Amino acid sequence: MRHLIGAVVAALLAVPAWAEIKIQQVESPGGFSAWLVEEPSIPFVSIEIMFKGGASLDLPGKRGATYLMTGLLEEGAGDLDARGFAREIEALAAQFDYDVSDDYLSVSAKFLTENRDEAVELLRKSLVEPTFDDESVARVRAQVISGLRSDQTDPDEIVSRAFDELAMAGHPYGTAYEGTQESVMGLTRADLVTAHRNALVRDRVYVGAAGDISAGELAALMDDLLGGLPLAGVDLPEQIDPVFDGGVTVVPFDTPQSVAQFGHEGITRDDPDFFPAYVLNVILGGGGFEARLMTEVREKRGLTYGVYSYLVPKTSAALYLGRVASANDRIAEAIEVIRAEWTRMATEGVTADELERAKTYLTGAYPLRFDGNGPIANILVGMQTQGLTPEYIVTRNDNVNAVTLEDIKRVAARILQPENLSFVVVGQPVGLDAEVQPQDG
Amino acid sequence: MLHRAFTLVAAMVCAAPVWAEGSASDQVTTFTLDNGMEAVVIEDHRAPAVVHMVWYRAGSADEPAGVSGIAHFLEHLMFKGTDTLGPGEFSQIVAANGGTDNAFTSYDYTGYFQRVAADRLELMMQMEADRMVNLRLTEDEVLTEREVILEERNQRVENDPGSLFSEQRRAALYMNHRYGVPIIGWRHEMEKLDLQDALDFYAANYAPNNAILVVAGDVDPAEVEQLAQKHYGVIPADPAVLPRQRTQEPPQLSERRLVMRDPRVAQPYVIRTYLAPERDPGAQEKAAALTMLAEVLGGGQTSVLNRKLQFETNTVVYTSAFYTGTALDDTGFGLVAVPADGVTLQEAEDAMDKAVAEFIEEGVDAEQLERIKFQIRAQQIYARDEVDRLARRYGGALASGLTVEDVQAWPDILQSVTEEQIIAVAKEIFDRRKSVTGWLMGAEQEGTL
Repeated sequence: MRHLIGAVVAALLAVPAWAEIKIQQVESPGGFSAWLVEEPSIPFVSIEIMFKGGASLDLPGKRGATYLMTGLLEEGAGDLDARGFAREIEALAAQFDYDVSDDYLSVSAKFLTENRDEAVELLRKSLVEPTFDDESVARVRAQVISGLRSDQTDPDEIVSRAFDELAMAGHPYGTAYEGTQESVMGLTRADLVTAHRNALVRDRVYVGAAGDISAGELAALMDDLLGGLPLAGVDLPEQIDPVFDGGVTVVPFDTPQSVAQFGHEGITRDDPDFFPAYVLNVILGGGGFEARLMTEVREKRGLTYGVYSYLVPKTSAALYLGRVASANDRIAEAIEVIRAEWTRMATEGVTADELERAKTYLTGAYPLRFDGNGPIANILVGMQTQGLTPEYIVTRNDNVNAVTLEDIKRVAARILQPENLSFVVVGQPVGLDAEVQPQDG
Repeated sequence: MLHRAFTLVAAMVCAAPVWAEGSASDQVTTFTLDNGMEAVVIEDHRAPAVVHMVWYRAGSADEPAGVSGIAHFLEHLMFKGTDTLGPGEFSQIVAANGGTDNAFTSYDYTGYFQRVAADRLELMMQMEADRMVNLRLTEDEVLTEREVILEERNQRVENDPGSLFSEQRRAALYMNHRYGVPIIGWRHEMEKLDLQDALDFYAANYAPNNAILVVAGDVDPAEVEQLAQKHYGVIPADPAVLPRQRTQEPPQLSERRLVMRDPRVAQPYVIRTYLAPERDPGAQEKAAALTMLAEVLGGGQTSVLNRKLQFETNTVVYTSAFYTGTALDDTGFGLVAVPADGVTLQEAEDAMDKAVAEFIEEGVDAEQLERIKFQIRAQQIYARDEVDRLARRYGGALASGLTVEDVQAWPDILQSVTEEQIIAVAKEIFDRRKSVTGWLMGAEQEGTL
């Protein structure tokens, strides 16, 4: 036996009235921990791995290094070149996805029980022994540059970049994690090796798994898979207080429909008011047709196909953001309606009926999220990154139901800041009182 | 490969693997109501949830000329109320029951679905059956919602030169078939759609004898049949709703070439689409060979186009082949190349053609084919974890003229495709007279045709 099975703390939690989601907390001899939902009926397993830090760990002047490095993990590893690696994945019918965002580098894997060991070894090579050979670096760099070039003329991309830059200049969040054409062209192999060394580290890894695997097998798997990574990485970036002046900034772009991003400061995930804020947002702009923004901007006035708001509790900043898109001659009215709804919510809160409907929706929809190995593994890893305990899935609906009208009113007054609600508009908007940002080509 | 870098092209081409998921016949039960409504039940008892879908055999390709977009517009209006439900109340009730709902329109079908706790299935059936026959609309609702679909067109198409280009290419590919008209509609026709257009399309197409029920999740098939009988079975078949009769393509004798320039295009690319046969009931062999051809040629990192155009010659930064076999009428087989820096569209296109010609000479790599076949077998295992997708596969196939037996036979037919069949179908399909080649480029980019 190659591995001793570590302590398996089986916190078998059955959620009342619905799915039996039994979360096992697995500790490996090598010191890794994971949450597991064992579900042997289909012979494969889904594993979600997240490394905290992500693209925010880019060193000064090296923006885009983590993103390019992540794109190269499957482009040659160990004794395999890019095509050899791809052939192996295909031959095993395994699926590996590598992704990176501001705060996390994430790996989604699923593979069959019948060739699990080979799949894990292949995944290990990509995480621990990526080669970053010159040919692959050149090829993937060209792909990144091509994507960046397209982003420059994509209104959805332009708007988020301009918004982040206005609100968070000086912090990694203020620039796109894909980097710029210039920064990406300047990256060397050594930069990629450093980015790999800094981002994939043992003390910032979270693992969730669901499917046909036992706790003991998962413990051994983690040691095999991650044991070769360095223990610790570089410091996470400092916290930042984003700046919102409540104005409208226009980025001129010749396209028929203006795209707007709006927002101001949000609320952190560990704030005691997070639940009321979450429920509040569902009622204000959270997706469904019943949300006030959707009702007022789309259903009543036909000003847009979609308008949404969402809480974004990031590692180094908490934001409350939203998106809308309207024809150039109608975006001004859409913005006016959004501002009015923001103010109305901040001053009046919600009605008892709205709160009740939001609660039935949220509590009813929650169990439906656990619909498959992939989604379950994803929930398990997400809960860990948010610092939650397995008991959360049992108490979560109670927490939603405990939110009162007074809570919402208090939190609405606290987190909604109509005077600071800032808009960036990309397009040729008509009739907006706005500052126009010069185009920098 | 950074998928995100090419989302624009990839979304246009094909998001999912080109083969349909497995049959999982042990999970599947079917029945047909007396009024002609077909039903498929897919069991998955791991979580107490259910997805309930009703598909109509009516898509944008079934619209009368002059009212393009009416199938999709009606899909929006189906949420506006019935004799007993007010505007928006359908979705409100679904949400109040902890569920989510939505709908989709394609060339061959329109579908409505809800995901809810399994014990709310009957309520969903009751409401869906209600709006199959009792839709009530007002002028005002129709006019406001028309603004919404125009904004949807702005968002999906007008703001995205790749989507505009795709519309132009389809319009050129189909000379006489309604597949050449965009699902969302041409703007000038959308602007004139009215209440009567919507009611006419509704009357002509929405009836149980033109509908397919798909229920997937933690359900008992016998119970589903009983509930379906109670709510859908009582609606009489409408003899006025007739099987589809569409205009078909004439012989295509002339290659078509398009150049579209738009200053918003930063990364030019070339796409060629050939007219190609679709999956037919009881005769899916050619479509299976085409599905495998797309996979061998452009399905992944080890594909022929990737090897020849990216790894061996650095001609492109992205390349792919795509084929969607699930359709009622002739579909398309496509090749795309996004040239590397310094490579012109003409050079990329020539390299693409050369690679295909060499492939036909060299034949299929047996090992690659075996890997693809193993992945298809694995997909049948993975698919059992995603019943919602399985539900969509069955619904989409049945609404496109296939049968449950066809869906279940499909994985085996794919497995039986030989190297010779793939090459034979390649020789047959790559006929430039039946193709459209499109170049998309920025205002100033170089390119001659």
